Amino acid sequence: MMTPKTEAELADAIKSAPAPLHITGGGTRDIGTPIEGAPLRTTGLTGITLYEPGALTLVAQAGTSLAEIETALDSENQRLAFEPMDHRALLQTTGTPTIGGVVAANVSGSRRISVGACRDHLLGVRYVDGQGTIIKNGGRVMKNVTGYDLVKVLAGSYGTLGVLSEISLKVLPKPETSTTLCLHDLSVTDSVSAMSAALGSPFEVTGAATVASTTYLRLEGFEASVAYRAERLRALLAGYGAITQIAHSDGETLWRDITNVQAFKDHAAVTRVSVQPSHAPKFAQALTDDSDLAMDWGGGLMWFGMRGNDAQNTDFHLKLQAMARQNGGHATLIKAPASLRSSLSVFQPENQTVAQLTSALRAKFDPRGILNPGLMT
Amino acid sequence: MQMPSPSTAVLSRKAQIIERLQKVLPESAVIHTEAEVRAYECDALTAYKCPPLCAVLPATTEEVSAALKVCHELGVPVVPRGSGTSLAGGALPTADCVILGTARLNAVIETNYPDRYIRVGSGRTNLSVTGAVEDMNFFYAPDPSSQLACAIAGNVAMNSGGAHCLKYGVTTNNLLGVKMVMMDGTITDIGGAHLDAAGLDLLGLICGSEGQLGVVTEATLRILHKPEGARPVLMGFDDNEVAGACVSDIIKAGVLPVAIEFMDRPCIEATEAFAHAGYPMCEALLIVEVEGSDAEIDHQLSLINEIARRHNPVELRESKSAEESAAIWLGRKSAFGAMGQINDYMCLDGTIPVSSLPMVLRKIKDLSDHYGLKVGNVFHAGDGNMHPLILFDANKPGDLELCEQLGADILKLCVDVGGCLTGEHGVGVEKRDLMTHQFDPQDLEAQMAVKDVFDPAWLLNPAKVFPLDSSETRRIAAE
Repeated sequence: MMTPKTEAELADAIKSAPAPLHITGGGTRDIGTPIEGAPLRTTGLTGITLYEPGALTLVAQAGTSLAEIETALDSENQRLAFEPMDHRALLQTTGTPTIGGVVAANVSGSRRISVGACRDHLLGVRYVDGQGTIIKNGGRVMKNVTGYDLVKVLAGSYGTLGVLSEISLKVLPKPETSTTLCLHDLSVTDSVSAMSAALGSPFEVTGAATVASTTYLRLEGFEASVAYRAERLRALLAGYGAITQIAHSDGETLWRDITNVQAFKDHAAVTRVSVQPSHAPKFAQALTDDSDLAMDWGGGLMWFGMRGNDAQNTDFHLKLQAMARQNGGHATLIKAPASLRSSLSVFQPENQTVAQLTSALRAKFDPRGILNPGLMT
Repeated sequence: MQMPSPSTAVLSRKAQIIERLQKVLPESAVIHTEAEVRAYECDALTAYKCPPLCAVLPATTEEVSAALKVCHELGVPVVPRGSGTSLAGGALPTADCVILGTARLNAVIETNYPDRYIRVGSGRTNLSVTGAVEDMNFFYAPDPSSQLACAIAGNVAMNSGGAHCLKYGVTTNNLLGVKMVMMDGTITDIGGAHLDAAGLDLLGLICGSEGQLGVVTEATLRILHKPEGARPVLMGFDDNEVAGACVSDIIKAGVLPVAIEFMDRPCIEATEAFAHAGYPMCEALLIVEVEGSDAEIDHQLSLINEIARRHNPVELRESKSAEESAAIWLGRKSAFGAMGQINDYMCLDGTIPVSSLPMVLRKIKDLSDHYGLKVGNVFHAGDGNMHPLILFDANKPGDLELCEQLGADILKLCVDVGGCLTGEHGVGVEKRDLMTHQFDPQDLEAQMAVKDVFDPAWLLNPAKVFPLDSSETRRIAAE
């Protein structure tokens, strides 16, 4: 196991690697096609290097634990607004999530619908490419269009283009309070339409999800403002039946569970589908007796939990990918036994041009093909 | 500022190139007479001009593809152009290039309110995107100052921002998908109406690539419901440093204004003389705008005012009505015009960490004295995106060069304090040769390798973004 302590050590480890590397942060996100490789962890690169609350910026080494970052932000009443998902419960992994892992997987939670994804809050990166060259891109300021935005393509590249060594993030103030409106027992079509109405209102809904036939809508901000908007939203959604409300403290746990897809922790396989919300009902028609649906991002993010055997779950996942090919969007198998993930397309196969561009980019970033090769297939 | 000398091989085939383009495009879409191509000789960086070989104005993605195929086959450089409002010279031609204008690709293709997006031809102007959805009370958030004229194509190329991006983000945060034509004519869709990328985030790479990776012909953009209302407060301070501290305190307090605009004394004086907005004469002026219902606005403004009072403002003027809001914004919105009234000016666009604002303003003053050229500062303070305006006299020999040197020194200063050369205008030709101040050779190499993938022959806008000597081997290899 290689655990470099500095960026220079990380560069050396990659430069001198004779064969493929299996790169991880805290190892809590076992996502993608299983790969072989000498283990390299970034957990030795730790520490917050800069935190300026008044500038809403934080810079940290990639292996810094998410917990350390959240504690620092908390002390200034700030947070990572994109609400990174913790995969440990869903994937039944242990370990400590790192900020590098969050960025490498571009994980964003329920609030993504209103404030953007991890990639939208990522101001800059330093990384080591497949040749062992240290490269920087972006910076630590909020507005920056100097040169190509490699930051975006590094986010969500699962370590296949480069190994992140330093991350620079935009952070945001925590709101004073929140409330969550609950709509009950709506069909998929009705719940998506209720969520669309809420998200299309001026009331700044920061979470819109449906789990186990309850539709949740979150409002955040100053207390009086939250109360006002809750009232307006209730009036707007009066046609969707009785509306109950959850207070701030209970809401925090609720949204953490929604973001972390806690509901499917015992499911054998889980596929994540990204679609335009009004297509969600069409995808929901794929549901069987052995599968369950949870929706986030107003219906734009669909989680399909599968309780079947491997063969059934394979068929189900491939069916979702076929639907995505037809309707737009994409489906990724987030959870399944390694053997199953090795046997099918975990990530949505892309159109020919995009696939060619992607593989040519990989060849530039990692000409020897040693960085998590094959993980994103 | 240097541009590569035009390829004689291309120039000698001018007639053949025009003829081939005329074969694949409607007659009115190929512009080639000397008088007509002059309209394309520069963008908003008017200090540099060069008529192109010809210009094409395709009206469909297929026509864009056909034109690019011809240029690809004949080895002709192509400079894509939106509305030509780039302040960085992003659409500056070379004599051997074909300008590909997106102006005719201006249709609204689809609006979808439940899913909150609009799909438009990339030649559509920024403001008319909002215009297409405002009957339903929706809007497209990024609002560059040139929004009346600038095209979405250029917004995507430069990843444009605006005054309100503190809350809503810049183009890349509001772009869901594109239809793009590669240099070889291949048409591809990247992204769509859904939120995130299936694999590598190519969309994020394309946005801000200054027309060097492909020609975007359609864009799917996120639209939002308009807020119930918005109102600003104007505050004046007798010290830049204090105004800077006030900005930082407002941000820290958990109020997230939709905009925080900053003007310094030279700018306030020029603006007052020009627009008579009734601004206080002081060292620094802030305009802070918040959104929501009336009660929500009152609440946020009261919090902001409380913070401001701790910094002893010389003026604190809260808007209570649409008229008062307009009066507060009047000066800010006329600032560029006001400066232009005094003299020619060059508008810079560096970003700095908000914390170094007072120090940077002091150093800009020192530099301004050193060069003997006046500098006014008007900028988006919430995100540190500065727009120093350097006044010079274009008719005075040597003044432009002096102004450019001062500009370069100011931008280097932005980089040295932890910021960057350009926050929202792009590199173009203007900041091209300063890139080595912000990036090491390997950083630039990694970026150029991306262009190698999308445009192996380096035909798309080749003389921009990267210092000419950094990109030379690639450009020459391509010839």
